[in-house]
Amino acid sequence: MIEKVFKGNSRYWMWLAFLSAFVAVGAICYIRQYLFGLGLTGMGRDLSWGLYISQFTFLVGVAAGGLMLVLPYYIHNYKVFGRLTILGEFLAISAIIMCLMFIMADIGQPLRGLNMMLHPTPNSMLFWDMVVLLGYLGLNVICAWVILTAERKQVKPPKWVYFFVYLSIPFAVSIHTVTAMLYCGLPGRHFWLSAITAPRFLASAFAAGPALIVIACLVMKRVANFDAGKEAISKLTTIIMYAALINAFFVLLEFFVGYYSNIPGHKHSLEYLFFGLEHHGVVYNNLVPFMWSSVLLCFGGLGLFAYMKIRKVQTDLWVGIGCAMIFTALWLDKGLGFVLGGLVVNPMHEIVEYYPTANEIGITVGIWATGFLLVTLMYKIAVDVEHEVEA
Amino acid sequence: MDKQRRKFLKVAGATALAGISAPAVVKLTSSPAIASSGHDAATGHEAPGDAHKAAPHGAEEAPKGVRLGLVVDMRKFYGKPELLDKAIAACNKVHNVPQIDNKKSEIKWVWKAPFENVFPEHSSSHSSKIRKENDFLVMCNHCDEPPCVRVCPTQATYRLPNGIVAMDFHRCIGCRFCMMGCPYGARSFNWENPRPYIKEYNPDFPSRMRGVVEKCNFCGERIALGKEPACLEAVKESGAIVFGDLNDPGSEICEVLDKENTIQRKPSLGTKPSVFYIV
Ligand code: SF4
Ligand code: SF4
Repeated sequence: MIEKVFKGNSRYWMWLAFLSAFVAVGAICYIRQYLFGLGLTGMGRDLSWGLYISQFTFLVGVAAGGLMLVLPYYIHNYKVFGRLTILGEFLAISAIIMCLMFIMADIGQPLRGLNMMLHPTPNSMLFWDMVVLLGYLGLNVICAWVILTAERKQVKPPKWVYFFVYLSIPFAVSIHTVTAMLYCGLPGRHFWLSAITAPRFLASAFAAGPALIVIACLVMKRVANFDAGKEAISKLTTIIMYAALINAFFVLLEFFVGYYSNIPGHKHSLEYLFFGLEHHGVVYNNLVPFMWSSVLLCFGGLGLFAYMKIRKVQTDLWVGIGCAMIFTALWLDKGLGFVLGGLVVNPMHEIVEYYPTANEIGITVGIWATGFLLVTLMYKIAVDVEHEVEA
Repeated sequence: MDKQRRKFLKVAGATALAGISAPAVVKLTSSPAIASSGHDAATGHEAPGDAHKAAPHGAEEAPKGVRLGLVVDMRKFYGKPELLDKAIAACNKVHNVPQIDNKKSEIKWVWKAPFENVFPEHSSSHSSKIRKENDFLVMCNHCDEPPCVRVCPTQATYRLPNGIVAMDFHRCIGCRFCMMGCPYGARSFNWENPRPYIKEYNPDFPSRMRGVVEKCNFCGERIALGKEPACLEAVKESGAIVFGDLNDPGSEICEVLDKENTIQRKPSLGTKPSVFYIV
């Protein structure tokens, strides 16, 4: 099946070349960082996690989001998603590879990464995160490959693969739960120390992952002659709406706890993210525009979907725009605000703002481009197999 | 017990022969019952089993073995910032702590900071002049329930049987999870190669490479040789720092803790710091 990635029209090759340019920039930036050290990033003693870890966190969500296709199809026998589950699985694979790349970019001694396996430490949530992420990656590779091969040969997939499909469902939940546990079990980090962190992560994941898949479907409809079907898209937008609403609800609950209890530690991060945090006469607010954009995009996207549902109109363009809005909103919320907001007040109660460096952004963009490249190649295979079967 | 004790005496004797005084060791063993586990403290690398073996031999006063702790008597430091600097400089020199003049990348083992930063939980909206005008000594608390150890995925940060929270610089992968876990900001990461920033290289202690985390080690390497922590030694005549076994009721540190009102940093987090402050 692999050979399918080598055949494509000129648009396909141009897209790959476009992405490769960013991959190359990322690679050069990474070599620079590898030779000098993480001092080339905007992170520092007081704010020692930054863009890499926040992208990692967000992408774990994207990977888990594929669950919203697998679950209805395999558990509820919702046939409409039949053509899409493979896309969810391939997206999960690419997202997890991106996660692992972000982790490698983030650690100070990448060559020692294997120490996590040589000295397994069950009390560390990072250890468990590695276990479930690698497990989920393996499960998706098995399921996607076996099911796609069977489809190509036009036979039923072997029975045993369903064991792995069903197993991947709790794994999808676990990857994001354990990722939330990296944060929500740390004493003294008030913004993260919230039992709602894991459910909030899951809610935003179940909106962001499907949103990306819808966008991919709409693009492929135009360029690759792959139609997911109107009903599937419509159902997905409903799922996205509910998940995004639940995420917004959870964020509002955080606001209530912080502001009604009036405990400063619970308010600081929210204040910093949404209004600007005043400390010794200086106001720290560099993320405020991003967070309000997130709010506007989220509710804008929801409003758009609601309008289309009520009016019973659904155009590809507006669905795509709505999905892009919600995806961006959730990226700002979790891929930026959650990690950086939680770190703005350091353990010594000083305020430190974070500004990523150009080199750091270069690596980040490079890894995202790698992810898009992987998604493109895998979706190419999936769509070509589909066409082969149809022909 | 006897065998243990002989072994211990041999260690203490060897260090004495080498011309190194061993006050910390003497203090640790001021109560005979704890002598054998005092040996753990003396070497710092003993198997945890040793302390347990000693227990049946009547060491009821200290069932949990040794737990090293430190008291900072801030009263002795008030109005004398140079004394604080002396303690800090001694540590920096002994441990090859790089002097990076940049808040983003700096490495700190022991340092000084205002009261409201060191004790945010104890701050008052109207603090006394003494609190406002003086800086306080900050270092790793060598917590009894250390979150940094709990979160480290490689056991590069681990707890020694004597209570010291130690680090293996060669195992650390630089994930900085421990810095997230430590609620005291006690840890520093080497954002770049630290070696050019070491002023005076001390060949007796390893320098670090970039990409790993480091922090105060309670002078584990000096205690193994029967010496006292470097910061304590630097301000010895003032008596501002007391070091010893928190589990030994006869130790000097326990006497001080019995007598004085002390506070710990962020006690509500359940980390059980082993560093106490008289303020
Ligand atoms: S003070 Fe911080 S680094 Fe030191 S033992 Fe406690 S948690 Fe760990
Ligand atoms: S940075 Fe090093 S010591 Fe800290 S948690 Fe990671 S591996 Fe452990």
